[in-house]
Amino acid sequence: MKKNKRRDFLKISGAGALAGVGLVTGLIEKTVVGSESPTQRKTTKEKIRWGMVIDMNKCRDDCTKCIDACHVTHNVPDFVNPKDEIKWIYKSPRKKVFPNISQEFSTKGQKEKPFLALCNQCADPPCTKVCPTGATFSRPDGIVQMDFHRCIGCRYCMAGCPYGSRSFNWRDPRPAIKKIDSAFPTRERGVVEKCNFCVERLEKNLLPSCVETCPEGVLTFGNLNDPDSNVRKLIESQPTMQRKPELGTRPSVFYIT
Amino acid sequence: MIERLLVYGGLAGFLFLVSIPFWFSDQSSKHQPPSLSVNSSKGHCVESRAFMRANHMKLLEKWRDDVVRHGNRIHVSTDGRVFQKSLTHTCIDCHENREEFCGQCHSTLNVKTYCWECHVTPLEVQ
Repeated sequence: MKKNKRRDFLKISGAGALAGVGLVTGLIEKTVVGSESPTQRKTTKEKIRWGMVIDMNKCRDDCTKCIDACHVTHNVPDFVNPKDEIKWIYKSPRKKVFPNISQEFSTKGQKEKPFLALCNQCADPPCTKVCPTGATFSRPDGIVQMDFHRCIGCRYCMAGCPYGSRSFNWRDPRPAIKKIDSAFPTRERGVVEKCNFCVERLEKNLLPSCVETCPEGVLTFGNLNDPDSNVRKLIESQPTMQRKPELGTRPSVFYIT
Repeated sequence: MIERLLVYGGLAGFLFLVSIPFWFSDQSSKHQPPSLSVNSSKGHCVESRAFMRANHMKLLEKWRDDVVRHGNRIHVSTDGRVFQKSLTHTCIDCHENREEFCGQCHSTLNVKTYCWECHVTPLEVQ
């Protein structure tokens, strides 16, 4: 009798252990299958992700029309000192916009060619994660927005942004604005600012002012989640580049070079 | 005896010092409440006058968060009229001069706002 009891006990506990292990592995497998990997997120037309394609082959080195239009629309101050510069859309040498693309044997002209740069409106932005007050955040349409009311000027976002797209108002910007447009607020001293993809214009069904102004058709704007949009067609028809894609920020600005 | 003189004299002096504002202030000029002029040719305010008097700051704060953080720019008033949630357009369209309209009460009540550090009215730009 005693022997049989022990045997039964071992049988039951063994079966229980097996069932337990099986259940746990089943659950784990299910969660692995169910989770989306960051590169294969579901994209639907309905969920907008605004993006831009910049064709640098068409951009003229001496033209600054998009920059001027942006600065007028958004009351961007012009501090003459480059250390105080406020950048929304700006031109920077190619070697600085794409620092990790090999420039070996390329001529000086290629390295120094002015490239258009602006906030990449990343789908996984580091700036929003470091902001302690929630002053910068991702909108559902993919735009990384600033709430100037909440900015305390700690500049963590500037340290977090790998593209240098953010600028700090070291001094009162009002006197440095040539003509203030009352349709958009100015900023005050001690606030960070950056390109906002013309959120306020998109809500009126207008294109961003840089895109609208460019006479050469350098800038194309549209919904990256819509396979029929102009931006998607451009990206699919030729090789394009994003800035520092290896960081996993998933920029929404693409370059044709 | 000398102590009693000191005590009562001191008390009288103290009472005089404390009541100085009543003796030497200008009693003839009464406090004037601010008089606000409203451009009523453009219709009625987004909400009733009583509501706006009591709650304009809460309404503006809600508008601010709705517009900046949630992209919701349309205000439907309690009587069904539709407005843009905008300080420098909807509000300032009627209350054109912010110094006169906002500034009067705020300076009387010593309320310090920082709206105008950034926002600009069309009147200021001209």
